[in-house]
Amino acid sequence: MNYTIRICGEAGQGIQTTGEGFSRLFSLLGYNVFSFQDYESRIRGGHNFYQITFGTDEIYAPKKFLDLLLTFDKKGLEYKNLLRDDGIAIYDADYLKKSEHDEKFINCPFRQLLNNARLKSIFENVVSFALVANILSIDRKYVYKVIYDIFAGKPEDIIEQNIKAVDIGYDFDVKRKVNLPASDSEEKILLDGVKGVGIGAIGSGCKFYSAYPMTPSTGVFQYIGTHAEKFNIVVEQAEDELSAINMAIGASFAGVRAMTGTSGGGFALMNEALSLSGMTETPIVILLSQRPGPATGFPTRTEQGELLYAIHAGHGDFPRVVFAPGDPLECVYLTNKAFDIAEKYQIPAIVLTDQHLVDSLYSYKKDLKLKLKNKDYRLRSADFENYQDYKRHKFLDFTKKIPLIPLAVPGNSRQLVFTDSDEHDEYGHITEDGEVRKRMVERRYFWKIENIRNEISLPKIYGNSDSKIVLIGFGSNLGVLKEIANNKEISVCAIHFSELFPLPLKENSNEFLKIISRSNLTICIENNASGQFQKLVESEYGFKFSHNLRKYDGRPFNYDEVLEDIYAIL
Amino acid sequence: MLSYKDFDNGTVPAWCPGCGNFAILDAFKKALLELGIEPYEITLVSGIGQSSKLPHYLKCNGFNGLHGRSLPVATGISVANHKQKVIIFGGDGDTYGEGGNHLLHAFRRNPNIKLFVHNNAVYGLTKGQASPTTEFGRRTKAQPFGSLSEPLNPIAFAIAMNCSFVARSFSGSPEHLKNIMKMAINHEGFALVDILQICVSFNKVNNFEWYKKRIYEFNADYDLSDKLKAFEKSQEFDERIPLGVFYSNSRPTFEKNIPVIKDKTLVSMQNFPDITSLIC
Repeated sequence: MNYTIRICGEAGQGIQTTGEGFSRLFSLLGYNVFSFQDYESRIRGGHNFYQITFGTDEIYAPKKFLDLLLTFDKKGLEYKNLLRDDGIAIYDADYLKKSEHDEKFINCPFRQLLNNARLKSIFENVVSFALVANILSIDRKYVYKVIYDIFAGKPEDIIEQNIKAVDIGYDFDVKRKVNLPASDSEEKILLDGVKGVGIGAIGSGCKFYSAYPMTPSTGVFQYIGTHAEKFNIVVEQAEDELSAINMAIGASFAGVRAMTGTSGGGFALMNEALSLSGMTETPIVILLSQRPGPATGFPTRTEQGELLYAIHAGHGDFPRVVFAPGDPLECVYLTNKAFDIAEKYQIPAIVLTDQHLVDSLYSYKKDLKLKLKNKDYRLRSADFENYQDYKRHKFLDFTKKIPLIPLAVPGNSRQLVFTDSDEHDEYGHITEDGEVRKRMVERRYFWKIENIRNEISLPKIYGNSDSKIVLIGFGSNLGVLKEIANNKEISVCAIHFSELFPLPLKENSNEFLKIISRSNLTICIENNASGQFQKLVESEYGFKFSHNLRKYDGRPFNYDEVLEDIYAIL
Repeated sequence: MLSYKDFDNGTVPAWCPGCGNFAILDAFKKALLELGIEPYEITLVSGIGQSSKLPHYLKCNGFNGLHGRSLPVATGISVANHKQKVIIFGGDGDTYGEGGNHLLHAFRRNPNIKLFVHNNAVYGLTKGQASPTTEFGRRTKAQPFGSLSEPLNPIAFAIAMNCSFVARSFSGSPEHLKNIMKMAINHEGFALVDILQICVSFNKVNNFEWYKKRIYEFNADYDLSDKLKAFEKSQEFDERIPLGVFYSNSRPTFEKNIPVIKDKTLVSMQNFPDITSLIC
């Protein structure tokens, strides 16, 4: 069973807060929860919605059809077409100055009720929250708990007014009630992509985060900022993205793990320094949180349009890794892996997310324990003294698997550490020597590419691997792939890639290659117009997809439409 | 006991014979020697330009990065390890042109970084184009109608932005230059030293004789934290060019303002924290 609620209204009407309140309530009751947001690039006005699906099934993707619609603006009334037959819509006819005669609609005069109770209209969210909880036959003590959690630390009178508003919502006679099936009653925890990347970074020992605010990457910047004092992290708002990445490179050179985050436009500005990281072999992790482009594009919406850019950005030959986590937990682990690989191979690592992933909440079991890989690859103090003639860029035989000379922390010993964006010798000093250049390219490019590829994990396979229908995607489409693989109507095999560059070795990808080679219906699904993922996979593995699903309206795929699209292909 | 050769890394500089950069390098080595700073205690940062090659000709830790980006790199280094002495060498193009935005914000942040600008009023590495400090009207191959922008006055700009140490010296006055460098290194906060420098190959106007006729060393007869007096002094740059410290103040550094690194360097805190508390 799953149940979908959409809350809509103008920016500034507290849609997000109410949505989060519902997400907390349902996770508190032990349901699985998935929620996502749709909002415009403006502070007040416009039209936003927040959609929550909860239930006893596992849920990872947006749903097209609604069980309950709660709207604070007229635009929201248009979603009545998406309501299921037994669906319910709630609105305030007085406030919207519009009457709906469909029996699905419940008119609740929120503002009038609040006025009668001498409460401000800002509490209409809370009233509606309680009203919906009552319709869903949820005991009001749970709503109280969510209110206490949200307003923890706020003055007594504010909490009191909120509780009063809850009672107004519960006492409204709704006539219709929904009885939900029992949950497993074990409280869930909620994570979104922002928290996922943030937790991954903090847990990986990130000590310096510099960024210029840009949607949708700003959430991670702020999350790390909020926890900076507790975890001894320096967070700096740079004057521009050029500065942000150069600062992070400086901090990394000086000996701490450093990260920067941005979206497409900012990443474009960072390209020169991405090459700098490659050339000076200074590790850095870059969060590239995609939004639809080109240029400033669709600032608050979603797209997967920067995959090939992430892979090819920067001038000259140098390796990097590009990871695109599929859900918040993968955000934690792949941010951790990005730090590990960046440090181990002295390269830039890119974590590719998008608005849909960073703004979506997923529920997890309460006893979630994270195991991160953390190894310090740097030479510090005493161990640095053992290198009597420290060569930061020592030549490597790229046909052998000997490890790189570790990075040394400048000032930790009398040994000197030097590097240069110009071609340099083993000590990091400028050179014009062709032979040295050749050997540096072999160290910096061939040796690293060869070795990094062995670290890349294979794609994950869901559903029936014998199915003739194979759906392949990457990044934030993990949710929709998993749900399609779990559907009970048709048998589908879904394959999800989250480690995209370099792609896993051909000889190790047998299972994936076997599955696609015996299927004549291979569908590539991605949120962009040009089929970037399809191009990458086809060129790397030398096969052709038979079909593709591409969505580029700035909105994520939802479960129902993908299923409809698969039927259309069949 | 430190000696001059402790700073010499044996590389022959790729500068034109007679270039002002040699004198700047020499003055810097002498300043370090007199201050007793060892090579491993400093990290030199530079961008692109003939000036920016300087860190390659001296024993030190160093990061020679991109054109105009030395300030952000240096800021990252200084925040990560505020025990290191972080010093930048850049040119007028690197610092005032390509890196202009970073300079503006370095003034605001006040990191404990010393910025030594080799200001020869011309682009040397790219062979003779106008720079942000080239005088109005000077013709070059790239400026066929003459430089049509007013030259930047870095001293006035720095004072206006409350830069915590603002000085000017000249590559042809080695003793003065060395002493100004020492003062800048000892100053706690962001220090800009604009070093007038001759370019024997591309700047035929502002040559040694031109400067010698105009420069004079001054010791401010006003309180160095007096912004208005300093600003007034900064306007002098025609027949007479003053060398010396124009302005200084002792406002807290960027690093001091960050509570996280109040007691320890960030580098010494590198660890992998327990994140259990974040999962809820």
